[in-house]
Amino acid sequence: MKVLNFRRVAIVLTLVWLGLFVLVPHVLVVLTSVMSPDPQHLAVWPVTLASWERLFEPVYAEVFWRSLWLSTLTTAICLVLGYPFAYIVAKLPGVWRGVLLFLMIVPFWTNSLIRTYAIKLILGNKGLVNAALLGAGLVDEPLQLLYTPFAVVFGLVYVLLPFMVLPLVSSFDKLDGTLLEAARDLGAAFWARFRLIIVPLTMPGIIAGSLMVFLPAMGMFYVADLLGGAKNLLLGNIIKNQFLVVRDWPFGAAFSVALIVIMAGLLWLYFLANQRINRQGGLDDEGL
Amino acid sequence: MNRLPILTLSHISKRFAAQEVLSDFHLTINDGEFFTILGPSGCGKTTVLRLIAGFEQPNEGKILLNGEDIAGIPAEKRPVNTVFQSYALFPHLSVFDNVAFGLKMAEVDAQNIAVRVADALAIVRLSDFATRKPHQLSGGQKQRVAIARAVVNRPKILLLDESLSALDHKLRQQMQLELKQLQRQLGITFVYVTHDQEEALSMSDRILVMHNGQAQQVGTPREIYEAPRNLFVAQFIGEINVFDGEITRALGEYQYQAMINGVERDIRCDHRFAAGDRVHVMLRPEDLRIDCRPNVLERKGFPGVVLERNYTGQTLNSHIRLENGQAVTVHEFFDEDDPDFDYSINQKVGVDWVPGWEHVIPAERSGQA
Repeated sequence: MKVLNFRRVAIVLTLVWLGLFVLVPHVLVVLTSVMSPDPQHLAVWPVTLASWERLFEPVYAEVFWRSLWLSTLTTAICLVLGYPFAYIVAKLPGVWRGVLLFLMIVPFWTNSLIRTYAIKLILGNKGLVNAALLGAGLVDEPLQLLYTPFAVVFGLVYVLLPFMVLPLVSSFDKLDGTLLEAARDLGAAFWARFRLIIVPLTMPGIIAGSLMVFLPAMGMFYVADLLGGAKNLLLGNIIKNQFLVVRDWPFGAAFSVALIVIMAGLLWLYFLANQRINRQGGLDDEGL
Repeated sequence: MNRLPILTLSHISKRFAAQEVLSDFHLTINDGEFFTILGPSGCGKTTVLRLIAGFEQPNEGKILLNGEDIAGIPAEKRPVNTVFQSYALFPHLSVFDNVAFGLKMAEVDAQNIAVRVADALAIVRLSDFATRKPHQLSGGQKQRVAIARAVVNRPKILLLDESLSALDHKLRQQMQLELKQLQRQLGITFVYVTHDQEEALSMSDRILVMHNGQAQQVGTPREIYEAPRNLFVAQFIGEINVFDGEITRALGEYQYQAMINGVERDIRCDHRFAAGDRVHVMLRPEDLRIDCRPNVLERKGFPGVVLERNYTGQTLNSHIRLENGQAVTVHEFFDEDDPDFDYSINQKVGVDWVPGWEHVIPAERSGQA
């Protein structure tokens, strides 16, 4: 009986928590998005779809596509860097594997905002990179690295790479080495093994890692704020500006809801893909 | 049958880190034979297989396939295929695509692939399962797909790594039969690795017995069973009773008199011995006889006491303790004319054998009193 009670209490607590801190705020955001802006009271009645219509203004569409592009690029770079890294980590003997994963996690002990400031110091006109290039005589004047799309993507990749690597490592862990030997035995050289066996079987990790990089990348406004300057905005910057600078809460809320819907859509696609792969036996099979 | 060698391993040594798994290892496998490498786990038999497949490279020595050194050829280019112990079917591919994998790698055209895969699946009686995924198959079916996936490439040699060990007893016996038929039907050389001596005896044309990285004996199942070359082979293959003895004098060519357990006996063997040489006189349980005549003076053989008797259906297996403390096992077929054929525990009996049925080798361990 005690166990049952505990279970009930746990469920109720969780529901209350989720209701208070997830459901209610989201409902409030959705509500705000259909209210009228007011500089003094932030959002007032009557109900209007004006904010939602403004989403389709070309200025915002441009930011949207730009943001999408930067996030996609970030995801692609994380995948290219993270995939071989995850493979190596997964194949290393226990101790080294632990050390590498630990080193990967260590930066999380410092707030990512502070780490982004650190990147600023590295990429700035008088930063480490330029000092090294000037010192080596490779360039005559400092390169403009900061406040470029490059700096934004660099910062995003730096902050988000671990989120790509961790799911990939777990995917590589599940990859049975005998399958690669079998493929070799049947005449598959390295690229054929990579394309036909390794990639399909680590697809769940690829999708999970990509989503875990792509979704936050759309919203990481402080990275774009600090490293990108005025031109390289992410969706998150617009939302932040509407709430804190312009004080147009309904429009900021509409933007937030739009972003949430996009992310939910992607997660749903992930769910579908995962189901498909599972049905193919990509994940659970051979685990026996 | 006279067959030509297809594969020769000579002077092979293989080390993993500091551990020497094979040293100065030799092996010749003939074209078209069912060759089994038999040994306990850790004896190096799987390493031999992996060297042939190309997954491992020897530290020293040569591997010749049809007279050509294949040491430098990577696994993916060797005309050999492997049936893995865990089957290693690609979980994301259908049965058809699994079997077609090797042909696609060899860039066979689609039409030919379809025909050959269909043939291979027909051979293993899985024609109706082409569209299934591996996780929808039973263990025996997975096993068959793994075999089809290998033989469809028409390899010069098919390597099988403990391929039946994951199956239950009944299925395993059935697959043993099928494998042997398949081998005969395809005419491909099979190299089968196992630790199961029964499996080795029932399927193979020839067997190599390995122990601690050393070849112990190569021969037909019959030679291995009836004339084991040393104590390890004798005891690893089937059950055997070993009597320690000493040659007392030669009686003629290959005939000696020996003192065994305090009794003088004539023995026959194909070794040359001198008086005073210590020998192991070995007898399979089915080659021993129990004399249970009540009169102790009439009884022949070594006197002993029945410790235990087990009825197996086909045979009566008795465990006898001889007067010197040695335990021997005797398997006897039932005599249909004697329905009461049985012994009682603690019954005094004599253990004997038909002269000439013994197998004698030089002693490897000091004799026990």
